[in-house]
Amino acid sequence: MAETRAAKADAGGSDLGRIRNFAIIAHIDHGKSTLADRLIEMCGGLESREMKAQVLDTMDIERERGITIKAQTVRLTYTATNGETYHLNLMDTPGHVDFAYEVSRSLAACEGSILLVDASQGVEAQTLANVYQAIDANHEIIIALNKIDLPAAEPERIRQQIEDVVGLDASEAIPISAKTGAGVADLLDALVQRLPAPTGRRDAPAKALLVDSWYDPYLGVVVLVRVHDGVLRKGMRIRMMAAGSVHTVERVGIFSPKTTQTEELGPGEIGFVTASIKEVADTHVGDTITDDRNPAAEALTGFQPSVPVVFCGLFPADSADFNELRESLARLRLNDSSFHFETESSPALGFGFRCGFLGLLHLEIIQERLEREFNLNLVTTAPSVVYRLRMTDGTETELHNPVDYPDVTKIARVQEPWIKATVMVPDEYLGAVLKLCEDRRGIQLDLTYSGSRAVVQYRLPLNEVVFDFYDRLKSVSRGYASFDYHLDGYEDGQLVKVSILVNSEPVDALSLIVHRERAEARGRAICERLKKLIPRQLFKIPIQAAIGGKVIARETISAMRKDVTAKCYGGDVSRKRKLLDKQKRGKKRMRTFGKVDIPQEAFIAALRLGEE
Amino acid sequence: MENKVDAGLAIYVHWPFCRSKCPYCDFNSHVRDNVDEARWSRALTAEIAHTAARLESPRRRATSIFFGGGTPSLMPPSVAAAVIDAIARHFTLADDAEITLEANPTSAEAGSFRGFRDAGVNRLSLGVQALNDTDLRALGREHSAAEALAALDAAQTVFPRASFDLIYARPGQTLNDWRGELKQALALAGTGAGAGHLSLYQLTFEQGTPFFQARRRGAIQPLDDDVAADMFDLTQDMCEAAGLPAYEISNHAAPGRECRHNLNYWRYGEYAGIGPGAHGRLRLQGALCAVKAHRSPEKWLAAVESKGHGGEPPARLDQRTRAEEALMMGLRLREGVGAERFEAATGVPLRTCLPASARQDLIEGGFLAPGADGLRATAKGRNVLDAVLGELAASLQIPAEVPVVS
Repeated sequence: MAETRAAKADAGGSDLGRIRNFAIIAHIDHGKSTLADRLIEMCGGLESREMKAQVLDTMDIERERGITIKAQTVRLTYTATNGETYHLNLMDTPGHVDFAYEVSRSLAACEGSILLVDASQGVEAQTLANVYQAIDANHEIIIALNKIDLPAAEPERIRQQIEDVVGLDASEAIPISAKTGAGVADLLDALVQRLPAPTGRRDAPAKALLVDSWYDPYLGVVVLVRVHDGVLRKGMRIRMMAAGSVHTVERVGIFSPKTTQTEELGPGEIGFVTASIKEVADTHVGDTITDDRNPAAEALTGFQPSVPVVFCGLFPADSADFNELRESLARLRLNDSSFHFETESSPALGFGFRCGFLGLLHLEIIQERLEREFNLNLVTTAPSVVYRLRMTDGTETELHNPVDYPDVTKIARVQEPWIKATVMVPDEYLGAVLKLCEDRRGIQLDLTYSGSRAVVQYRLPLNEVVFDFYDRLKSVSRGYASFDYHLDGYEDGQLVKVSILVNSEPVDALSLIVHRERAEARGRAICERLKKLIPRQLFKIPIQAAIGGKVIARETISAMRKDVTAKCYGGDVSRKRKLLDKQKRGKKRMRTFGKVDIPQEAFIAALRLGEE
Repeated sequence: MENKVDAGLAIYVHWPFCRSKCPYCDFNSHVRDNVDEARWSRALTAEIAHTAARLESPRRRATSIFFGGGTPSLMPPSVAAAVIDAIARHFTLADDAEITLEANPTSAEAGSFRGFRDAGVNRLSLGVQALNDTDLRALGREHSAAEALAALDAAQTVFPRASFDLIYARPGQTLNDWRGELKQALALAGTGAGAGHLSLYQLTFEQGTPFFQARRRGAIQPLDDDVAADMFDLTQDMCEAAGLPAYEISNHAAPGRECRHNLNYWRYGEYAGIGPGAHGRLRLQGALCAVKAHRSPEKWLAAVESKGHGGEPPARLDQRTRAEEALMMGLRLREGVGAERFEAATGVPLRTCLPASARQDLIEGGFLAPGADGLRATAKGRNVLDAVLGELAASLQIPAEVPVVS
């Protein structure tokens, strides 16, 4: 019955008063996907036989890591207690800081948010950042305390914590269990009662926000939109206002969560458009879509082109996989235009790609997808940030790769990106966390408490964070610290390039840009690590760290003294042959530095290890 | 070969049985409750006849016989006699042929020494392994140090030539421990009419042995490479000073006392293998072939009884393999690889496939010493021979061979 009425409503155009657009803000593991599943089920979006856990997270990696990478949406048809039928559009937003801009666009497509907090864990740093984004987007926020079915749940304490830390009135927080469904009906009712309906004019020139896009093997590029004014329908010529491109609409529709075509998308509605767009890279999150024949006078505000923040080299562990890696990267980019890659070659690691990412998690996700979905074994060089170099001749360049560091005499100033970071941590680990931030050149901005949890704000240079900061933070806090950051401008820094030389030849893959005061310690650490990793050879091998021509740390791998088969028995040459063949095979994976051959594995291990 | 004198071949005979298996040993040895010795004797002689018959010319010259194992001293002397007789029938056994038997120094086995001598054995190689009871127990040996000394004394009396083996660089052994033990060993090896040869092996942890497992579990801590290298250097110096210089990486002898059978392997001469798991390098139908027998005693026995031999089909060795093998074996010797022998075995001159330019680094580094008549590893090079061989194998210049279609 509800289906028929929904269909009628679609056919007859949308009624703004019966639409509610909302997002769910939650920390990983706090139950966002489970709640989405429950909402879909209670609104009859899927038969129970079609339900599988975490319907919206379509990629394996999203389901496993409990994170959302692409924005997704689902229209719920909900008959409220007042008897009226509403379209509730759930916008499932990417859940990580690397996608902060994507999150902001998803939030901009909604009028309200559910702040979903685990009733035993409480608010985490990442939740905090997103909820502030929602407040900035003028969202009405409904607080839901989840997992109240668990014995460890302390809804009262968490309510207080939300008031202390977030500063929201939590008196109307709704206790729920997304797992059992308890309280979810109340939540649905609150969505209808408390969230404002969207506004917009049907007769105005079309204006829609491009929220996200992805590549579908059957439909081509699918664009997720939120219509503000006017109507999008099949056959219409649409213009992307920032990109300047024009396309003819082939389909419009909604997700129920199944893909369902509709006649049109009107004001306040969230849905999809396909328009024979070749590549995801042709669409830009935050762009405004308008009618080419009757364009809107002004685009929606807040468009930003996506800019990679973190760079690293990706090399195939087996050089024969280079072409496969290139094809795999191209296929991933079909669906994710926010990362960039170009060919790079390194004497130590062979041919590979220099890749740019929105952040560290983004890097990890791409790396993991390449290894898992494309079955590639990769070597990842140390991540590096984008430096701005002011040259003596007055020009300015961006540096994405330490290898490209120009002659120091031509550099006037080096600027590095800084971040503003929020760390939440139980107070017993606070000391260790503060020490870590200080060691990483951090400047403390704020320190407050909520119960026994501390909330610390620091300004930190991003290059100190990309270098194993997460791992160290996890380890010093035994996994209890949560962390979030946003970029906070560029500043001059005393930065130098440290080169690592093996047998007097530079190993480009290991060179790094580092603060002058930390250069010696970092250089020494790498030399010591390499000394342990490189097997002794016939000749002694010097390992040096140097700034320009000045050596700042040195280790020597002494020559091997003994490597001989003691007994060659009874004419069994084949036994010795096996040894020789093994050595010959090993040599194929070696990289030659002068007259020494270093197993590629040594470089890989040097790159994979953390600071300790 | 028509116009050349038959250089002869060496014959290795494998007796695969042991009373118990030593925890460091990965040789083809087996413990069996009952061994039908008469049946084994028939099978060994049958394989000798078969091997002689497949060679290109009849009654080739046999220059040495070596009974290895397993523990061939557990074999009744009558079996050794039957084997030697069979070789003498099917080959031309040289008058001065060296006939070696490996033996364990238990009193029971020492009791058969005279029987073996009467069978024709003229050289004994005794597996003493250590000169103190604690280390002998740790090595899983069934004899005491006193028994070993008595057996050595008997061997030196009974046989024209006798040698013994020691294993060093044992877990926990210090440089001083070894100095003392080696001094004692040199005194034993350097005296007596039949003395003058000593084999000194560093302990290695071979896959599939209990020691290998124990090292992986951490139950045994192998010696540090540097300490083992110091022991190796000490061994060279002490043996040299005592008149028993190394003629091979682990073998030391007074001049003229070298084991001729083993020298033949290292000089990449022809040899035949008899018995389970035995290897041979034989010239068959004009090509040097690798011949290998089934490792399992029972499988080998059944194969010999049904078709006369227990070997897998011979495999032709290509030029590169021959060159690599000649280098692997020859560089173990202090005398090095002779240019003439190398060319005879491989068909390419040594200087062509390994020009001086290709080994310049190794010569400059003091690992190799070139000579007009061949290539030699220095003492320093012999210490790290496996790595040196890896380099040489990588720079060997052998033209691609056209596969022979027969």
